[in-house]
Amino acid sequence: MQVNENKEFQPLIVAFCCNWCSYAGADLSGTNRLNYPTNVKIIRVPCSCRVNPMFILRAFQRGADGVILCGCHPGDCHYTSGNYFTRRRMTLLFSMLDFLGIERDRTRVEWVSAAEGAKFAATMNEFTEAVKKLGPNRRLEDLRCRKQ
Amino acid sequence: MQRIGVFVCHCGTNIAATVDVKAVAEALSHEPGVVISQDYQYMCSESGQNLVKDAIKEHKLSGVVICSCSPRMHENTFRKAAASAGLNPYLVEIANIREQCSWIHKEIATATEKAIILGRAAVAKVHLNTPLTSMESPVVKRALVIGGGIAGIQTALDIAEAGFDVDIVEKKPTIGGKMAQIDKTFPTLDCAACILTPKMVEASQNEHITIHSFSEVEEVKGFVGNFTVKIRKKARYVDETKCTGCGLCTEKCPMKKVPNEFNMGLDNRSAVYIPFAQAVPKVATIDPNYCMMLKNGKCGVCSKVCSVGAIDYKQEDRIIEEKYGAIVVATGFDPIKLDKYDEFAYSQCPDVVTSLELERLMNAAGPNGGTLLRPSDKTHPHTIVFVQCVGSRCDDSKGKPYCSKICCMYTAKHAMLIREKYPDTEVYVFYIDVRTPGKNFDEFYRRAVEQYNVHYIKGMVGKVTPKSDGKIGVQASDLLSNEQLHIDADMVVLAAAIEPDKTARPLATMLTTQMDTNDFFTEAHPKLRPVESATAGIFLSGACQGPKDIPETVAQGSAAAAKAIGLLCKNSITCNPCVAHSDELKCNGCSSCEKVCPYGAITYIEKEFRMPDRTTAIRRVASVNPAVCQGCGACTVACPSGAMDLNGFSNSQIMAEVDAICK
Amino acid sequence: MQEAMIKRAKELLADGSVKRVIGWKRGEFAYDITPAVFESAEELDKDFVFDVFTSANVSKYLVKESKKEGKVLVFLKPCDTYSLNQLTKEHRVDRDNVYVIGIPGGPKLDIEKIRAKGITGILSVRNENFTLKIETLYGEETMPFSDAILDKCASCKSKKHVTYDELIGEDGDILDSDRFDMVEKLENMTAQERYDFWREQLSKCIRCNACRNVCPACTCEKCVFDDPASGVENKAAADSFEEKMFHIIRAFHVAGRCTDCGECSRVCPQNIPLHLLNRKFIKDINSLYGEYQAGADTTSRAPLTDYTAEDCESSIVHERGVE
Repeated sequence: MQVNENKEFQPLIVAFCCNWCSYAGADLSGTNRLNYPTNVKIIRVPCSCRVNPMFILRAFQRGADGVILCGCHPGDCHYTSGNYFTRRRMTLLFSMLDFLGIERDRTRVEWVSAAEGAKFAATMNEFTEAVKKLGPNRRLEDLRCRKQ
Repeated sequence: MQRIGVFVCHCGTNIAATVDVKAVAEALSHEPGVVISQDYQYMCSESGQNLVKDAIKEHKLSGVVICSCSPRMHENTFRKAAASAGLNPYLVEIANIREQCSWIHKEIATATEKAIILGRAAVAKVHLNTPLTSMESPVVKRALVIGGGIAGIQTALDIAEAGFDVDIVEKKPTIGGKMAQIDKTFPTLDCAACILTPKMVEASQNEHITIHSFSEVEEVKGFVGNFTVKIRKKARYVDETKCTGCGLCTEKCPMKKVPNEFNMGLDNRSAVYIPFAQAVPKVATIDPNYCMMLKNGKCGVCSKVCSVGAIDYKQEDRIIEEKYGAIVVATGFDPIKLDKYDEFAYSQCPDVVTSLELERLMNAAGPNGGTLLRPSDKTHPHTIVFVQCVGSRCDDSKGKPYCSKICCMYTAKHAMLIREKYPDTEVYVFYIDVRTPGKNFDEFYRRAVEQYNVHYIKGMVGKVTPKSDGKIGVQASDLLSNEQLHIDADMVVLAAAIEPDKTARPLATMLTTQMDTNDFFTEAHPKLRPVESATAGIFLSGACQGPKDIPETVAQGSAAAAKAIGLLCKNSITCNPCVAHSDELKCNGCSSCEKVCPYGAITYIEKEFRMPDRTTAIRRVASVNPAVCQGCGACTVACPSGAMDLNGFSNSQIMAEVDAICK
Repeated sequence: MQEAMIKRAKELLADGSVKRVIGWKRGEFAYDITPAVFESAEELDKDFVFDVFTSANVSKYLVKESKKEGKVLVFLKPCDTYSLNQLTKEHRVDRDNVYVIGIPGGPKLDIEKIRAKGITGILSVRNENFTLKIETLYGEETMPFSDAILDKCASCKSKKHVTYDELIGEDGDILDSDRFDMVEKLENMTAQERYDFWREQLSKCIRCNACRNVCPACTCEKCVFDDPASGVENKAAADSFEEKMFHIIRAFHVAGRCTDCGECSRVCPQNIPLHLLNRKFIKDINSLYGEYQAGADTTSRAPLTDYTAEDCESSIVHERGVE
């Protein structure tokens, strides 16, 4: 979480992007100068299926307010099937987080191709706004460790 | 202790205009392990690279972080620079502060802050980078071409020409494919057999080419440079090595009522048959579905008349195994089945034919010896209607969404040939658009219209109705004059859409290559790598990749050959070192990783371990073949114990990046 | 039943068909029964027990025991056979080295539920026509049998043995279970209510690792949470949400592999309903990817190592449920 001078809540967003589609899509939104907030920090992974649920929880644990995972569109995975596994894993993980009462708008999977620079920027804008509305992520904290 | 160098690029003003590069360099100089942090105008320039190289030597750097453009742009440049200065290239990390920072943000303060965080994440990651070495994997100097049509033949000839052994696997009894069935070729109107059959003979006589006809690929294992392929040689009940192709058996065979697939079922052949006169290999094949001897043991005529004793009713399928360095897919196309198109009466009326059937009807080796006669009553047709785009450019489930590409040209060819040979025949062509891009193609089409007076009508045929007098009623609309037309035709020719061969999909699964929703093979890059599949060592030739005419198919066949030759020329190939590896001490041997691996790169071995209590135990553990693994990382998440990890993107590296970003 | 089991075990030991027997061993009190390995007829006679408290799933012990020299005899209740199948499928147990005798399942009893009635000084517990006769230091007490049934037995999913070499007693059927009722109830709560529920529950965790250690799906050679190299090694409440991380990841690691044996909740000293996390995954898997029962066989592909091109998108989580 970051708080800037006028005290508006600035969420910290971690975006995992697959190297072949989404990372290239993010590059394209840069090449086309399509703005999205500085809140989004991208981590490059070879394939969306490289993202372990542990990384997502770790991000939340260390202070991320939202985590988004981007990969190739189903059927277009550079490794043929990686994103299909991602889809099942993340559906179940997100459903579990929802079950624990963690706001479901803090997590998201989005398919962004290397050609979809505009979609990447739009997705990040939208996601950041949604997380901003939710405020800082507190719900994963342990009751006993809660900082007052 | 790590000694990390950080280099921040201005990229002229591309980065420096929005990111305070000096502040980034200064902030990152305080990160743990960083011994030098500099900024420079153009890091990728020679002097920029020298800056990095000199720093590696001078400061004995153990890791390098470049804050610059996307790693997709210059990661390789900086890796090479590091390698030339004696640092393992995989100890270089890129922080993308251009595409993902300076170019998308406007405010210097926040952009700089983000650039620092991205740099910090790269520093955190590089702390955990390990030197990686690319493995070398040997290349088997032999290629496999799947499909023996013109695409496969061209590819095989070119590879053989370069001096490499190449095998063709063709599922039919002869090579030649669809081109062998075609009468004339556009836009030159030369006879297809005249240009194809010499190539077929050349292929059969080339010492580097082995043709496995009447065979299919059964299993593909291995990886680029080292595929092991099982080929099923289907029983043809004739000993290929003995048969001379004299054809006596086909003459004497009493079972003569077998639909002749080479002539599209328009006439009959015998149960023992040679598909056509110039078949390669020219050997007979017995059709077990019709042969009386094979069906109920009563006949044996062919065996009696064969002077060389080639007939073998007891022959069984044989599986052979071969090793290949490269595989070229050339499985080609088929016209779609038209039984769902009741509006064109294809199933009801024998005089409604497909274009490929028309090719046979017009061919000198066809059922009528080259005279165009109606299949129903063998009379000369005087009015012929051609219907374009039957199943092509279709948005319903019956057809295909794409343009089949070749129909406009072959219909112009058919129309022209008919008008040339039978000037008393009226020819109508109903079209949505006439698409004739290609060298001499539009001139060809215009000749059909202007010189041969073919009636081209923009509009779709609504209904085809066979009439009791033998005529065929064609109801259509002329979109340009906006009127309904009724034509009494003698023949209707349907330009059926083409689709990939049905065997392509299971083959793609075996090869772990990608296909699009229409079952065409997907090329590695639609523009820049049109003849390679995304799977290393698998190349694409001809219509299996998309609809193509003959010149294009041949060009692509040669291009695929060139790519295959490029691979076969190498003695070994360098593998990507960013692959998965399993920590045997942590591996449970549970097989979860194996199940998610798209490449079959994981196998299990029984290995003896010394246990903490000094006993030994044999455990089942995963083992990754680094030459096969492509480094997707699916296995790392399937592994509950964290035994499976990925070089270059390890669990701890990614976690370090997460931590650095969330600090 | 206990007599028949001991008799058969002795026979198999005597004729050399098995070297060891896995079963349950009596403890100091009638209710503190633990899984144990027996190697002789004497040991069996002395300590082997099978009664209303032998609820422990002993299949996990086969990971070690099946690798030893000679066959091992194991007594498995219906629910335990699912665990064995799953372990066999994952190559964790050498099934050829195991001789399984299927025995009837529960319901087994929960001593905590008896104590909750204020009954102390318990010496023995007998079931007579669904009434418990409890002999205590202070005299005999009674209570209805149904009030003392273990939660995991109350929502029993199957009385059918999915693998065995022989049976003692009759085999049963797969049951219509109400095991997802509580999951559903939670799903229908508001996010805030769910959050409050789990915050209270998971905050009780003392990270004793009992749930992990008893779980037949948690048989890793080295658990990531014990591995300093994993980067997530941790102990109790070192950070703001270590326990949630632990329980989510643990549930995720066993998702598609958990047979829903309920041992995690049974052994939790803090009475955290951990099985609800697993059941949530099972319920989601069943509804999103088709009915799947881990351990029902030894060949099927687990849902998380499988996919179809038509799988639902992850956004389904956003589209359904209560906010």
